[in-house]
Order: sequence, then structure tokens, then C-alpha cells
Amino acid sequence: MSAPAHSPTEFHPRWYRERVSTYWWMGSWRYLKFILRELSCVAVAWSVGMTLFLLRALLRGPDAYAHFMHRMQAPGMIGLNLIAFTFLLLHTVTWFNLAPRAIPVRFGGRRVPEFMVAAPNYVAWVVASVVVGWFILRKP
Amino acid sequence: MSKPSNEGFFWLLFSAGGVVAALLIPVHAFLFGVAFPLGWIQPPTYEKLLVLVQSPLAKLYLLVLCSLPLFHWAHRFRFTLYDGLQVKHLNEVIFAFCYGGALLGTVAGLYLVVKL
Amino acid sequence: MADKILLEIARYAPEQDEEPKFQSFEVPFHKEWVVLDALNHIKDKIDGTLTYRWSCRMGICGSCGMMVNGEPKLTCATFLSSYGKGARVRVEPLRYFPVIRDLVTALSDFLLKLEKVKPWLIRNDSPPLTAGEFLQTPEQLDLYKQFSMCINCTLCYAACPVVGLEPSFVGPAALALAQRYNLDNRDQGASERLGILAHPDGIWGCTFVGECTRVCPKHVDPAGAIQQYKLKAALEWVKSFVLPRGHEDVSKKEAA
Repeated sequence: MSAPAHSPTEFHPRWYRERVSTYWWMGSWRYLKFILRELSCVAVAWSVGMTLFLLRALLRGPDAYAHFMHRMQAPGMIGLNLIAFTFLLLHTVTWFNLAPRAIPVRFGGRRVPEFMVAAPNYVAWVVASVVVGWFILRKP
Repeated sequence: MSKPSNEGFFWLLFSAGGVVAALLIPVHAFLFGVAFPLGWIQPPTYEKLLVLVQSPLAKLYLLVLCSLPLFHWAHRFRFTLYDGLQVKHLNEVIFAFCYGGALLGTVAGLYLVVKL
Repeated sequence: MADKILLEIARYAPEQDEEPKFQSFEVPFHKEWVVLDALNHIKDKIDGTLTYRWSCRMGICGSCGMMVNGEPKLTCATFLSSYGKGARVRVEPLRYFPVIRDLVTALSDFLLKLEKVKPWLIRNDSPPLTAGEFLQTPEQLDLYKQFSMCINCTLCYAACPVVGLEPSFVGPAALALAQRYNLDNRDQGASERLGILAHPDGIWGCTFVGECTRVCPKHVDPAGAIQQYKLKAALEWVKSFVLPRGHEDVSKKEAA
């Protein structure tokens, strides 16, 4: 006699083993934050898709480009892109804050504090964004 | 001596994609997704943008921008499906969808960049 | 009238129960008491059948890990006063482990996984005693010392969702302990551990949730240990790809 909650374990048939729910990630705020962090990758893919569509519009000519820019102004699109941008910020911040844990930096035989490893990433982010923005926006 | 799992390869793609996504994707998404549509900043004209993307440096940049972050998505989304929805029994389908999708996007990017 | 606090404790007797149920106990609230003191009071004065593990009562043996209000904690290090008098404190066995009785979990799986990572110094040679001790500078010790602090309390296993979702996942503590030996300059066994570590059930199962590090009472940072090894394992893969030798392909072998 083996009720569903009693999936027999290797050594004893009556040890109780709780099944992990499909909604385990809703069980705690921390798990939910983790899943949201992971889902930020969808915003990344969305942005790449948007960029690919932009390139396709450029390839097709000025009318296609104007049409693309017009489509981006639809309230639904703006809403989606605002949400996507929020998730992109989440990705960037969590990525830079976690990087020092994955690549420990040692100096003088001691571990460099995490914020000192994360900070240069943020600086690089600002610099890269400014450079890219300059290329896109400059008037030659 | 045992051979390390091939997961290492996909993890390297995921990491590289994550760095590119963190550093470069936000500014593109902000400009084309938020600032230009809302009229906060004047978008570049078609001619200017076309000349920009036709430069070899820009083409290389766009190739990286439109492929590595997709592989980042592929790896992360694959594991989110495994763990979040517990659908590991569909792992061949998920694997094909995720990395196949990333590959498709990369090929599309390559095609567009070459044609421009 | 002395202050009281209510403990809701999971009870499970395999001879008669189908699944765990909660039993409430009212326990005196003392400012200096920890949850373990409350459990000992219950066993001593109220219900002698309450079953749980404990030993050192000072946070070093790792025996008394339980879920307290949904959080993995060492009950000897969790003060009743952090819940307040009159509060309800829910005590359950550590999550993601099979339950033998009441608050006691089956650790056999964890011990098997721990053994698999070979958490001992592996040498290719055996220098004679006359060669003297292995010398290690403070800098060399610092490389692995944090990971050596693990007390095998398995709180990290109770915090990690992958442990619950994937029973064959080696898990935070075992992976961190493998790193403790990999980074020890006296050890020569890194290549022996590569197969079990650089495996879908090893480090590649980890998605860096980070909960293991948060709940660790000894600040071992198993998540950090695992991520650091990911980079090494990925580079090992590149090396094996670029300079192929006659390896057995571990990823095709079934997990032991």
C-alpha cells in the first residue's frame, strides 16, 4: 500500500517525500524574484528581435523605416517596450552584482570587496551606452 | 581523466551573451523602444542610420549584438522551463526551440548585415 | 503569568500516518531560549515522543537544521525572541529530504553525493615522512578556507529549488566541498573530480538562485564556489575540444 505522497525511497517504503509543486516559485518572494530575474532574458530576446526588425526596415528603404518607427509609437508597443526596458535594467543590475561572486578577484593575497569588482562594470556600462548613443544620434 | 560535459560550451555562450546584453542592449532598447517613440529624443534620419549600419565596424557590432544575447536567452530560458515548469521530459524539444531559435536569429542578423 | 509562545510542529509517525500533520505546543517564552530549547522542553515536559536531531547546541555540529516559519535554520541558533512572545512558530523538517519521523530527515542521499565528490586530499605521490609537512602560506589557505567552514548541516539543500526539482543534483554543500579540495594546494585530485562536477547533475544543474549562500550559517558561499568552478569547467571543455585526447566521454555515461 503506497499512497501517492509515499513514493518509495531507495531504503524504506514509508519515508514521506513531499512532491515539489509546479508553482514552487510562487512559494516565496525570493524564489519569485529569482524567476523574474531569469525571465529578464525574454526582454533581451525581445530587444534583439526589435533590432532585427529595424535592420530589415533599413534594408527595405525609407518608407519601411518610417513605418517601423510609426509602429513603435503604438501605445501597446510603448507599454511592452517600457516593461522590457525595466527587465533589461533588472538583467544588467543583477548581472553586475553577481559577477564578483563568479570571478573572485584577488589582490595582494586578499579578496577584493565585491562592490569594487562590480563598480567598473557599471562604469563600462555608462561609457558603452554613451558611445553607442553618440554613434546613433550624432549629426555628421 | 574524464571529458568535461558539453554544457561548458553553452555556458560560455550564455556568459558572453549576458555581458553583451547587460552592457549594450539597454541603450538600444531605450532609444528605439522608449525615447524615440515618446518623442524625448529626435530619431536619426533614414539616410544617416543607413550610412551608420553600412560601415564594417557597425556590421561587426550588429552581428555580435544580435547573436550572443540570443544565446544568452536560449540557455537561460531552457533552464527556466526545466525548473520553472518542470518540463524536463521535453528536453529535446526545449533544446531545439531555444538554441534553434537563437541560431535562426543569428542567421537572420547575418543575412541582414550582409545585405545592407 | 509567564509569557508563552506557540510552536506548531510537524508530526509524522510512519507506522500510523499517511502524511505529516501539525501539533501545537504552548511553551514558556524565555528571552534567551532558542527553538531547540523549546523542543527540548516539549520532549522533556509535554510529549516525549517528539523526535528530532540535535547535539552541540552551539552551531558547529550541523545536526539541528529544520524549517522554522518556512526558512531553513539551525534551531540552536534561532532565538524565540526574534518571533516575539505570543507568536506562532511553525517547525518542520528540512525541505526536499524524505522524512523518517517527525522532524528527522533521511540524509543518505546527501552522504552518497558527498562521497562522490571525493572530499579528501588526493595525492599522486606519497612523500615519505622525512620530507616533512606540507607547507602552506596564509595566502594559499585563504584560497579555500571559506569553503572549508561547511558543517554539513544541509540547510543549503533545503533552500535550493534545484535540489527539490532534480533529485540527482549533487547540491551546494557537496560542490562547495569539492572546490575546497580543488583549491587546496596540497591536493592533486582536481582532474578526478572533474567528471562528477562538470556534469549536468553537478555544477551545470545550478542556476545561481543564491538561496544556499543566504541561508548558510557558516558563510561558506556555496553559490560562489559553484560559479567559480563553472568558469574553470568551461575552460576545461575548451581545452579538451581544442586538444582532444583519448578521454572517456563522461557526459554519455549514466550518473553513478
